[in-house]
Amino acid sequence: MSDAAVAHIREVGLTYGRVKALDSVALDIPAGRMVGLIGPDGVGKSSLLALISGARALQTGALEVLGGDMSQPAHRKAVCPRIAYMPQGLGRNLYHTLSVFENVDFFGRLFGQDKAEREARITDLLTATGLSSFRNRPAGKLSGGMKQKLGLCCALIHDPDLLILDEPTTGVDPLSRRQFWELIDRIRAGRPGMSVIVATAYMEEAARFDWLVAMNAGRVLATGSPAELMTRTATDNLDAAFIELLPEEDRSGHNRVVIPPMARDAGDYAIEAEGLTMRFGTFIAVDDVSFRIPKGEIFGFLGSNGCGKTTTMKMLTGLLTASEGTARLFGHEVDPDDLSVRKRVGYMSQAFSLYGELTVAQNFDLHARLFKLDDGRIASRIREMAGRFDLTDVMDQRPDAMPLGIRQRLSLAIAMLHAPDILILDEPTSGVDPVARDAFWQILSDLSRKDGVTIFVSTHFMNEAELCDRISLMHAGKVLVTDTPEAITGGRGAATLEDAFISYLQEAIGDTTSAPGPPAPQVLPQDHVPAKSPAFDPRRMFSYAMRETMELRRDPIRGALAVLGTLILMFVIGLGIGADVKDLTFAVLDHDDSTISRDYVQQIAGSRYFIEQEPLADYAEMDRRLREGKLNLALEIPPNFGRDILRGRDVEIGGWIDGSGPQRAETVQGYVQGMHAHWLTQRMREEFGAAAVAGDFGLQLRYRYNPDIKSLVAMVPAVIPLLLLLIPSMLSALSVVREKELGSITNLYVTPVTRLEFLLGKQIPYTAIAMLNFFLLTALAIFAFKVPFTGSFAVFVLSGFLYVTAATAIGLVISAFMNSQLAAVFATALITILPAVQFSGLTDPVSSLDGVGAVVSQIYPTTHFITISRGVFSKALGFEELGGAILRLALVIPVLIGLGALLMRKQEK
Amino acid sequence: MDPANILHLGVKEIRGLLRDPAMLFLIVFSFTFSVYTSGSSRSETLNRAPIAIVDEDQSPLSLRILEAFQPPYFAAPVLITAAEMDRRMDEGLDTFALNIPPDFQRDLLAGKQPEIQLNVDATRMTQAFLGSGYVQRIVSAEVAEFLARYRASDVPPVNLVLRPRFNPELDDGWFQAIMSVVNSVTMLSIILAGAALIREREHGTIEHLLVMPVTPPEILISKIWSMGLVVMAGTAFALLGMVDWLLGIPLQGSLLLFFTGAALHVFATASLGIFLATMAGSMPQFGLLLIMVLLPLQVLSGGSTPIEAMPDPVRFVMQAAPNTHFVKLAQAVLFRGAGLDVIWPQMLWLLAIGTALFALSLSRFQRFLK
Repeated sequence: MSDAAVAHIREVGLTYGRVKALDSVALDIPAGRMVGLIGPDGVGKSSLLALISGARALQTGALEVLGGDMSQPAHRKAVCPRIAYMPQGLGRNLYHTLSVFENVDFFGRLFGQDKAEREARITDLLTATGLSSFRNRPAGKLSGGMKQKLGLCCALIHDPDLLILDEPTTGVDPLSRRQFWELIDRIRAGRPGMSVIVATAYMEEAARFDWLVAMNAGRVLATGSPAELMTRTATDNLDAAFIELLPEEDRSGHNRVVIPPMARDAGDYAIEAEGLTMRFGTFIAVDDVSFRIPKGEIFGFLGSNGCGKTTTMKMLTGLLTASEGTARLFGHEVDPDDLSVRKRVGYMSQAFSLYGELTVAQNFDLHARLFKLDDGRIASRIREMAGRFDLTDVMDQRPDAMPLGIRQRLSLAIAMLHAPDILILDEPTSGVDPVARDAFWQILSDLSRKDGVTIFVSTHFMNEAELCDRISLMHAGKVLVTDTPEAITGGRGAATLEDAFISYLQEAIGDTTSAPGPPAPQVLPQDHVPAKSPAFDPRRMFSYAMRETMELRRDPIRGALAVLGTLILMFVIGLGIGADVKDLTFAVLDHDDSTISRDYVQQIAGSRYFIEQEPLADYAEMDRRLREGKLNLALEIPPNFGRDILRGRDVEIGGWIDGSGPQRAETVQGYVQGMHAHWLTQRMREEFGAAAVAGDFGLQLRYRYNPDIKSLVAMVPAVIPLLLLLIPSMLSALSVVREKELGSITNLYVTPVTRLEFLLGKQIPYTAIAMLNFFLLTALAIFAFKVPFTGSFAVFVLSGFLYVTAATAIGLVISAFMNSQLAAVFATALITILPAVQFSGLTDPVSSLDGVGAVVSQIYPTTHFITISRGVFSKALGFEELGGAILRLALVIPVLIGLGALLMRKQEK
Repeated sequence: MDPANILHLGVKEIRGLLRDPAMLFLIVFSFTFSVYTSGSSRSETLNRAPIAIVDEDQSPLSLRILEAFQPPYFAAPVLITAAEMDRRMDEGLDTFALNIPPDFQRDLLAGKQPEIQLNVDATRMTQAFLGSGYVQRIVSAEVAEFLARYRASDVPPVNLVLRPRFNPELDDGWFQAIMSVVNSVTMLSIILAGAALIREREHGTIEHLLVMPVTPPEILISKIWSMGLVVMAGTAFALLGMVDWLLGIPLQGSLLLFFTGAALHVFATASLGIFLATMAGSMPQFGLLLIMVLLPLQVLSGGSTPIEAMPDPVRFVMQAAPNTHFVKLAQAVLFRGAGLDVIWPQMLWLLAIGTALFALSLSRFQRFLK
């Protein structure tokens, strides 16, 4: 093995399901150099970088990084403090609600740095990157370029020997991009030994690197310095060199885009904007933008992400109503309610926005119908467009499964389906490979020159902007200049459009960077031989706990649910099971109408449960009123009722209960039977004296623990365990799955933090909040619902703590199986509540269970906590009686946490 | 507003739904498995209730009483001593403990009216309530039968014969099955309509729609009718296939009337779903909101506990919830066979609530597009 290579890659392959991302890649990446991976989206650049960083697990082949085998966990653990990885996407591994300082500080803690060291390093890095003045700004509120600089600070906090950057500058404005690379250069000057591997979409950038790897379709096309690649292909720029390097079949039919000059007729303007301004609150997204685009022109908008390009386009299409200024299409002011204008405009939004769940043909059909094409013309028009955009072969496929280039062609075809006069295209070629991109521009050229379609296109690629007839440079909501690309370049006396743009940007910002760049970070002494990372480091655990707490405090919906969720649900349930059934309606069909029968009815009518209604005249009426739901109970008193009773004959009173609600019916039944029996004893006592009432034996009924048999007293102590399971487990599951969904889980993969530290760190804040919930619920039960608390409060608090720890641990275990937050919400609800309701003795005691249910009930923590909760609330119990249950509760916790750590992955599969 | 647009956009929604395995699973699960288990559950009847007996009498009569407790209502009784009783009840092992005192049989025959003590763990409401009645009846029957051999007994002079209508056995499964259908209708129309909007926003397709000659009301109505249709089809299957055919629960009344009511309810709840979707920024937030909204809707609407048991302020507030009226309507039509003359107020309520929710969600939707 030669020391000159930082990574040896041998026959490495990677597949996601059926998609082959890497196809036996073999490569030696030289150490101590700036290495670039070039190629369009989806060729395997990111996959390769994730493998080298150790974020993703190796599937096939061999990979050595920094002198060791990356498939060995021991080596990965040893080298991970020497590698820094910045994944693709603006600030994808950052925490958007955390401030700049808090973000870097979090990473410093993960690498085990103490407070003084962190402070020194962070100050150093923030100064070097020019972020010092934004120290306390939340990362989410930074511009794209600043986010990337912050990402770089986080990556450099631990002096890595290998820096891996995945498209760090995509979508960032050219000035920030240039500053970013100057920063990297300065850092490399300060740390000459450091190797840097970068993936990039900008060929101009790649031209500055030491060594390049051109990739296509999961394979390496060629390696070498930029000059070598250009010499080998006999081209004068990397874009062209890359196209030449492509396999024959991929570049067949490729021609350099040539757009014939526009015939300058002094025709009308298709699009006019005058003083367009858009404010969102205090933020001005678009500031006084004006331009005029003549019919048939290709007009470009050039600017970084977030500079207001998309907002301007939305105002032109009527998607947004301008705060100030006017937009006119064909001389008519844009009116969001005027649907006829929309038929003359075709719009292609930035992200692919057709229906992935419909086939290509279905997408065509839907759009044709929404644009009201004649039924007879639809089929032929779709055929025509499919033919023109070369989509005939994919008509039955779904766009989700198609390569990006074809999807963009489909979007354009659909935008053109109703033959609009204006096309508005928002970054249509972002990430598309150069051959497809050139083909795309050829189509645009034909549309403009042959069909006279006016095209308004936005981009952040200079070489695309150069193809436009005229362009506007945009920055921070303002148009800096509008002219032909040549005039802009020439006007500034610049060599390239990019240089001209940068010069305009510097002018606009007030030129802060022409002064010599800030000093490179003072590299701290190199003598820190990475101390062997401890197996368990409380500092790393607490850094996760602290960060989670800060994030939760800044997320209103999750925060509200965490603090108030259980309380609200308990309140609702308490109301639901609250009071007695009352206000029941009844009516009587009294055939007797004697003193005695009236007395009988009176005792029911006089009770607080029943309300007497109009008496019944006959059976038909009884039937009707029961059916109408007007009566809960109908009584029929037979003829001669009073006389027969006096004579001691058997009499029978009939009662009909509305059984449509069985629970209510049971209650009615119970009430009536009780009143009947009471009336009977009373009569017998009146007639025959007390002795007659006495039975053969007495059954003394003792309702224990809840002598008044109140529903609340019975249910509330069992509902508390249910809620303390549901919400805390859901929140802790969400906290992990959220990182998976947003991408910051990468920080677990590539930093020394262990799975156990990660999980415990996540668990601590949610356990603390759950304890707060515990006290709130207990207070609600005692003070609002008046449930008497008779046992040991200390025992309740102790077991409550054990229980919520177990509950949050359950959430962590569940999170191992979930990849989307929505699924995590529902799955946690289902998985936790079902066994808790069925097998934990909530309604039926666990001793009634048999089979699997009995086993589950013994393991499930809710069983024990319900026993404890009922014990301390109603049964006046203490530690002596409940010790067994507490022990069983305590035993579950290490098992759950261990399981969670085992199931959690330290690498992406 | 253009009906053709509404039609085409709705068809698109249904096609999209057919490609979403998770949602399809949820729909199938709610309308089959969930209805079936609710319908065949017997949560409100006594099931293997644990009973312990302290037999200090050890007489033929006490043995008779002991043997009278049998599954399925009671688990086989555990014989314990008086000293064990308290501890076992504290641990929640027994819901009932019957204490037969020494010389019970002798005292009974001697006419001394001896006392049996029944201890009930009243923290288990349902079992305690139902079970103590059962225990009393079983003990009384055994004693009466025992005594009958010694002397003729008095027959109580006045009988009360209660006959439940519309559900003669008071089988709770009947009620639970229908309420499970009702709850599924509510849950699914909220989730499907809300998710249809959020999915469209997360994929960026909503903007795409808005640059086409399509208006916001058309978009909303297309989502409501298409997702509503799916829910209605599921309801029809659940009611006819599961409740009527598989569970054999007799349905009264006009199904047409019920489905008309269900359609109104779906209109209201789907509008609610869209309203929630405009409040939540993303799917996970929508999920959290759902939990906070669905549970109160279902618990307080009368579908799980009788609405008559709720405090008046709650009953008043719940008049604004579509569930309350739909539960009432479903009970009236499906169990009592009530006609339009009876349920027209519920229909009107549902229509009014639905219209209000639709107007609200439309105005929020339009604001949210800005």
